[in-house]
Parts: sequence; C-alpha cells; structure tokens
Amino acid sequence: MDLNYSPEEQAFRVEVRQWLSDTLPRDLSEKVRLGKRLTKEDSVLWHQLLNARGWLAPNWPKSHGGAEWNAVQRQIFEEEACLAHAPRVVPFGLSMLAPVLMAFGSEEQCQRFLPRILSGEDWWCQGYSEPGAGSDLAAVKTRAVRDGDSYVVNGQKTWTTLGQYANWIFCLVRTDPDVKKQEGISFLLIDMNTPGVTVRPIVLIDGGAEVNEVFFDNVRVPAENLVGDENKGWTYAKYLLTHERTNIAGVGFSTAALETLKDVAGKVQAGGKPLAQNPLFAARVAQVEIDLMAMATTNLRVVSAAAKGQAPGAESSMLKVKGTVIRQELTALLRRAVGPDAMAFQPDYLEGGDNVDMMGPEHAASAAPSYFNMRKLSIFGGSNEVQRTIITKAILGL
Amino acid sequence: MMDFNLTEERRMLQDTLRRFLSDTYDHERRNKVIASGAAYDTDTFQSLAELGVLGALFPEAQGGFGGTGFDLATVFEELGRAGTIEPVLTTLLAGGVVSDLAGDSQADLISSIIDGGTVVALAHSEPQSRYDLESVATVASSDGADVILSGTKAHVINGAQAQMLVITAREHGEQTDVEGISAFCVPIDAKGVTVVDHINVDGTSAATVVLDDVRVLSQARLGAAGAAYDVIELATARATLAVCAEALGAMESAKALTIDYLKERKQFGIAIGKFQALQHRMADMLIEVEQARSAVVNLAGHIDAPRNERERHVSAAKNLIGRVGAIVAEECIQMHGGIGMTNEYALSHFARRITMIDHQFGDVDHHLERFIALSVQ
Ligand SMILES: Cc1cc2nc3c(=O)[nH]c(=O)nc-3n(C[C@H](O)[C@H](O)[C@H](O)COP(=O)(O)OP(=O)(O)OC[C@H]3O[C@@H](n4cnc5c(N)ncnc54)[C@H](O)[C@@H]3O)c2cc1C
Ligand SMILES: Cc1cc2nc3c(=O)[nH]c(=O)nc-3n(C[C@H](O)[C@H](O)[C@H](O)COP(=O)(O)OP(=O)(O)OC[C@H]3O[C@@H](n4cnc5c(N)ncnc54)[C@H](O)[C@@H]3O)c2cc1C
Repeated sequence: MDLNYSPEEQAFRVEVRQWLSDTLPRDLSEKVRLGKRLTKEDSVLWHQLLNARGWLAPNWPKSHGGAEWNAVQRQIFEEEACLAHAPRVVPFGLSMLAPVLMAFGSEEQCQRFLPRILSGEDWWCQGYSEPGAGSDLAAVKTRAVRDGDSYVVNGQKTWTTLGQYANWIFCLVRTDPDVKKQEGISFLLIDMNTPGVTVRPIVLIDGGAEVNEVFFDNVRVPAENLVGDENKGWTYAKYLLTHERTNIAGVGFSTAALETLKDVAGKVQAGGKPLAQNPLFAARVAQVEIDLMAMATTNLRVVSAAAKGQAPGAESSMLKVKGTVIRQELTALLRRAVGPDAMAFQPDYLEGGDNVDMMGPEHAASAAPSYFNMRKLSIFGGSNEVQRTIITKAILGL
Repeated sequence: MMDFNLTEERRMLQDTLRRFLSDTYDHERRNKVIASGAAYDTDTFQSLAELGVLGALFPEAQGGFGGTGFDLATVFEELGRAGTIEPVLTTLLAGGVVSDLAGDSQADLISSIIDGGTVVALAHSEPQSRYDLESVATVASSDGADVILSGTKAHVINGAQAQMLVITAREHGEQTDVEGISAFCVPIDAKGVTVVDHINVDGTSAATVVLDDVRVLSQARLGAAGAAYDVIELATARATLAVCAEALGAMESAKALTIDYLKERKQFGIAIGKFQALQHRMADMLIEVEQARSAVVNLAGHIDAPRNERERHVSAAKNLIGRVGAIVAEECIQMHGGIGMTNEYALSHFARRITMIDHQFGDVDHHLERFIALSVQ
C-alpha cells in the first residue's frame, strides 16, 4: 500500500491544473460554478479544446486517439477539471458508444464513427429506455424489421438525454419478438435526420428540458448500421452499461461540490455568524466530507483492480450507490445553506441570461433546481435499487 | 378526556373543502395559471373565501368563526393536499398581525381581508435575517406627525399581489433586539415603495420590497410603538402550524400517488409494488407520515399555550416536518423512477412544495437549535 502520488503523478496534476487555467474560458467555468445551464455551443467548445490537447478520451487506446490514462491519472484529471469548474464532457459517444464499437463494431464502423466522435462532428444520444422498458431494459419494444438492405424502425424511446442536440442515436431495437426477451435485441445506429424521427422535449422537475422522447415512424436505417450480430444487442448493451458506470462514483463532482458548499457556508450569515461556524451545519458538512474521503479511495481501489482498460464489474454498483448518495447529500446541504434564498425560481438566469434582475445572491439561484435535478443520479444508469440487486446477486451470492 | 377526532363543524369544513378542491382544482389547472403569468387563480381564491376558508382562520372576536389550532390545521392540510397556490397563507400571517395588533381600529380592513376583498402581505423578513424573526434593519424614524420607513424586505409572501402591506421597522434598539420593532399598514402604491415580484420554485409568489423614504402618518402604526415583536412571533407560530399542515396534506397526496403507481407500474412482468425493496420503504414512509400528522396535532393543540411551551412545539413540529418532508419527497420521486422527475406529473409539484416549506419560517437545523435552546430555559 502506498497512498502517495508518485512524482510523475504530481507533475501530471500540475500540468493539468496549468492547462485548465490557461485554456478553460472564464465565462464557461463561471456558468458551471453557478449551476447555469449549458448550451450546445458551450459543450462543443469544451469538447474541442480537450480534443486539441489529446485529453478528450481518457479511456481510449492511443491508437484511436485516446489518452490511455490509468485509474490514478483519470482521477487526477477528473478532480482538477471539476475543481476548475470545467463542463462535464458529454459521455454518450465518447464513453458509451465508442467502447462498444471498439469491442464489437466492424473496422468500417470504427473508421467512420470514432474520428467524428473525437472531432465533435457527431453528437450521440442513448436510445435505451422506453416507456415500458426502464429497469427492465430487456423489455424494449421498438421494432426493427429487415427489409432488403435496410431495417425499418417503429417505436419510441424516452428520457433521451440531450437528444435535442444529437444527430445520431444508438438504439436497442427488437429484431426477434418470438424468443426470450434478451435474445431478440439488436444494437442499431440511427441518423436522427432520417425522415420519420421526431424529438419532443420533456420538462423536468427543475424546469429544464434536458431529456426527450424520440419517436420512430417507419424510419429506414441502412443494415450496415447494425453493430455486431443481429439479436446479440443485449450483450453489447450490458458491456456499455459497465462502461457507463466507470466514472459513476463522481468523486470529482463531489469534491467540487464540497468546495462550493464550504465557500457558500462561509459567506452566508446565520444567527450573526457565518453558517460554516454553526455546529449543526458544520457537523453535516464534516460528515459528508468524511464519506467523500473514503469514497475517493474506494473508487481508486475498485477502478485499479479492474484489468487495464477494462471496466470494473459488479463492484461498480457499489460506487454508484454510495457515490450518488454523497452527491445528492451535497446538493441537499447547499439548498439548506442558502436558506430562504433557495425559494426563488429564476429560469432566465439559469438559462444564461445576462441582464436579469437577481433575487438574492448569485450562489443561491441554482441551489433548489440542482437539488431536484440530482435526484436523477439514483434513477438513471440502473437505479440504485437495481444496483443493490446486482450487489446481492453478483457479490453476496444471495 | 383525550379525543383525536375532529369536531362535527371541522369535519364539515374539511369535507366541503376537500370536495370543492378535488372537483375544481388540479395540477393541470395550477400549471395553466402559472403559465399565464398570474400568481394565482382569483376565482379559486374568491370561492375559498365564500366557502369560509378565510373566516375559519380568525376567531369570532376578530370577525371570523374559528381561529383555533385545529381550524388552521384542517384548512391547510386540505390546501396542501390539493397543492393550491392561492394567497391563504399570507391572509393568515399578515391578517393575524393586523388583527392582533390593531383590533377594532382596523375593523373595516379586517373584514375585507376575511371576505377575500383585500389581500395583505407581511413585509418582515429582510435579506440578512435568514430565519431570525428579531433581525430587523429597516428603520422607522419619526418626523412630526409622520413616520419615514427605509430599508429592504425580502421573501414577502404575495407581496406584489397584495393591496396592503404590513411593514415592520425598527424604531429603536440594535438590529437583533426584540424591543423596538413596530408594524405599519402601508398601501402597496404608497410613494417610495418598490415591489419586485418573483415566482418561487413551488409556484407560489413572493416579492422583494424596497422602501425608499416612505412617508406614512403615525396612525399607520399598528399598536404601540416598538412593541410588535410578540405579535409577529405569534403570527409566525400560527403560519408555521399552517405550513406544517400544508406539508402534511402534500405528503398525503405524494404518498397516495406513489402507492397507486406501485400498483400500476409493471417491470419484469409484475407490479413494482411487489418488490420488497420498495414495500418496506413504503411502509417506513407511512410510519413517518403518521409521525408528521402527530406533530401537526401536537402543535395545533399547543398554539394557544404560554409562549415558551408554544414555541417549543413550533420548533418540534417544524423540525420533524422538515425531516419527514425530505424523506417523502425524495423517496416518492425515487420509487417512481423517471416519471417522478417530470414537471407534467403532479408529484413534482408536491415534492417542490414540501421541500420549499423547509425554507419557510425556519428549516430543520434552525428549529433543532431553537428547540434545544427553548428546552433548557
Ligand atoms: C434525467 C434522466 C436522464 C436519463 N437519460 C437517459 C438516456 O439518455 N438514455 C436512456 O436510454 N435512458 C435514460 N434515462 C432513463 C433511465 O435509465 C431510467 O429512468 C431508469 O432505467 C429507470 O427506469 P424507469 O424510469 O422506467 O423506472 P422503473 O424501472 O419503472 O422503476 C421505478 C422504481 O421501481 C424500482 N424498481 C424497478 N425494478 C425493481 C426491482 N426489480 N427491484 C426493486 N426495485 C425495482 C426502481 O428502482 C424505481 O425506484 C434517464 C432517466 C432520467 C431520470
Ligand atoms: C428479544 C426477543 C424477544 C422475542 N419475544 C418473542 C415473544 O414474546 N413471542 C414470540 O412468539 N416470539 C418472540 N421472539 C421471536 C421473534 O418473533 C422471532 O425472532 C422473529 O419472528 C423472527 O424469526 P426468526 O428468529 O426465526 O428469524 P427469521 O424469520 O429466520 O429471520 C431472519 C432475518 O430475516 C428477515 N426476514 C425473514 N423473513 C423475511 C421476509 N419475508 N422478508 C424480509 N426479511 C425477512 C428477518 O427480519 C430477520 O432479520 C422474540 C425474539 C427476540 C429476539
């Protein structure tokens, strides 16, 4: 055991920090710090800045233009990027689809799609969930019927995050309705500009519209867009899900959220002194900080134990449950910290409007919406109940 | 002898109100009102006044026909159950201050408040005060027969919808002294009053009120100079009871929606309510909500008790409601999955309102500290 960073790792941290301070545009980091909503342009800009530096794809092999970082390097980068209030890198192409293509896609598919994921030319979204297929993902009903050299797709996906910005969607579709449900699913790549695709926004509890319904009405998809073999999609889908959970502990996010919380608690006055000095509040903050310190190590232990370049197995469920509970607790504490100022709803400000009359201090505006928005963490990517079931079966053997 | 049943009259009020709201008011209607830019539905508010909802908040001596803790609890539980955003809370809070401080001298105003003709708002909280009632920096300075008010008031419930503001200001003492605070009745359009309206996360409305040398006659002062604090505290205690009961009603609705959903929603070929992981949490939620009901009952039964006993119950109830509220809001969303996060679904409103109630009149920690302090006295 050695908990110290090596000189190389320390140098890497310095390099990352310097690069972030030179490169990350100030208006962008301010937006992130204040919990404002990012536009498509904001995300694309950050994506391209990272790509130009070769740091966009930490998990990818160098041969495909990735950084091929180890677990410690990834954690260092993640922490530094979060502390600098860098935007989140949109994961659908980079860390979900790409590993599937590299493992199961054809050479042509890799050649065609991977460079465009890196360049930002394509924006991918994830077409897994359906109204009737949530936790029971294998129940997907969206039909794809082979017709000559294409598939004809009919059905509906839902909860499609940032689908409004996407031009491609990877979908689980049913290609054989007559077999066990896991055995009739295929993994299909669909150009969202194809006739018959309709995207409709869903407004969430925080007033934002980051998810969508996507409808398919006789959409013709070239058969060459099938990944791997027909009816083997479930295998690929699960492979993707373990990759989806690689950064699920969210240690970087929590570290930054803790900093923000302490900063706000230092500014807010309660009973004539800074809230940070209130023993009840200080105890709550300390408690979550202690959890987070352990989580950072749990995360590294799990991630380093996984084979090089591979995603961890059922242990990632542990990271998901505890990591999301910590993140949610931090948003709950921030909401509490800002007191009555949490009440005002200021959508114009959150959407990035500059000349809006603020109600209360800037740091308060996103506290309640973020708290509500972050409820999603324990629902998506396999709900925390589903994760516990995985732990029960795969680790405990119950 | 202990009796945990509502009296016949309150039972009737509860039935009437519940029926009226379930017939006429729902998530869609509220969303339509909000989308139109209105702060509330004036027809609904008038109907509530006609049904006697506002009268039930005031004792007979003040022109109402209720005013006990159980009257308030009954009314607000139903309002919470339906998720209304109409200005009933402000009527209780500001109306209570006017009637307790001024009594007969403001009889016309009070009767107009009770029949729903005049909306009043209490401009007491300030940007720095957080949940401390005694923190008043707004200054009232006498100038002959006039008083001049200057300062800033924040989180004024329905401040921009009111025709009359009840403004508190300090006539003497330090910023956090309980002595020296007075209340003044000031029309919303008085010279020097600027009201900036905003909508809250839960669809209710509040305002920031800036007072720029607002000149009023000294008759605008309610009661004796510098002696308004006790009444402000009492009115806040009653308003705290109201929001505790409102939260209880909202929790009952959130819980009912979740039970229905657990029965309806199928995954893996069966209703998700068959999964024990969810069943036990639903059972825990039921236990917690029953505890919340008891906390409301405790507070309602002690709202007329001597000050310290009353305030200890205020803090006990508000702390418990805040804790249970967070559990109910978070668990109901979680057990719904994605649907629980959508604006279109009624649960989102209940979850937001329950949560925001923790930010009104003091949160879990504020009242825990206060409970400890009141207990050692
Ligand atoms: C903000 C947001 C963004 C999302 N983005 C995407 C996206 O980009 N692409 C995509 O495909 N999907 C996305 N999803 C969908 C997400 O993956 C699903 O919401 C999730 O899988 C849960 O499904 P459900 O919502 O249908 O809930 P349900 O599966 O109906 O679950 C309801 C409740 O029952 C519980 N439950 C279900 N089965 C069991 C069981 N066997 N034992 C115990 N408890 C159980 C669940 O944990 C949950 O608490 C997103 C969801 C949200 C909220
Ligand atoms: C101090 C004490 C006093 C007692 N007094 C009495 C008494 O006066 N009269 C009397 O009749 N009995 C009494 N009992 C016995 C008690 O009722 C049993 O212990 C209890 O019913 C559990 O049964 P078990 O011990 O066989 O455990 P099991 O039934 O084997 O349970 C073991 C564990 O599994 C859990 N479990 C079991 N079934 C389920 C399920 N379907 N879903 C989820 N979890 C489950 C249990 O909660 C427990 O944690 C007492 C027990 C104790 C410890």
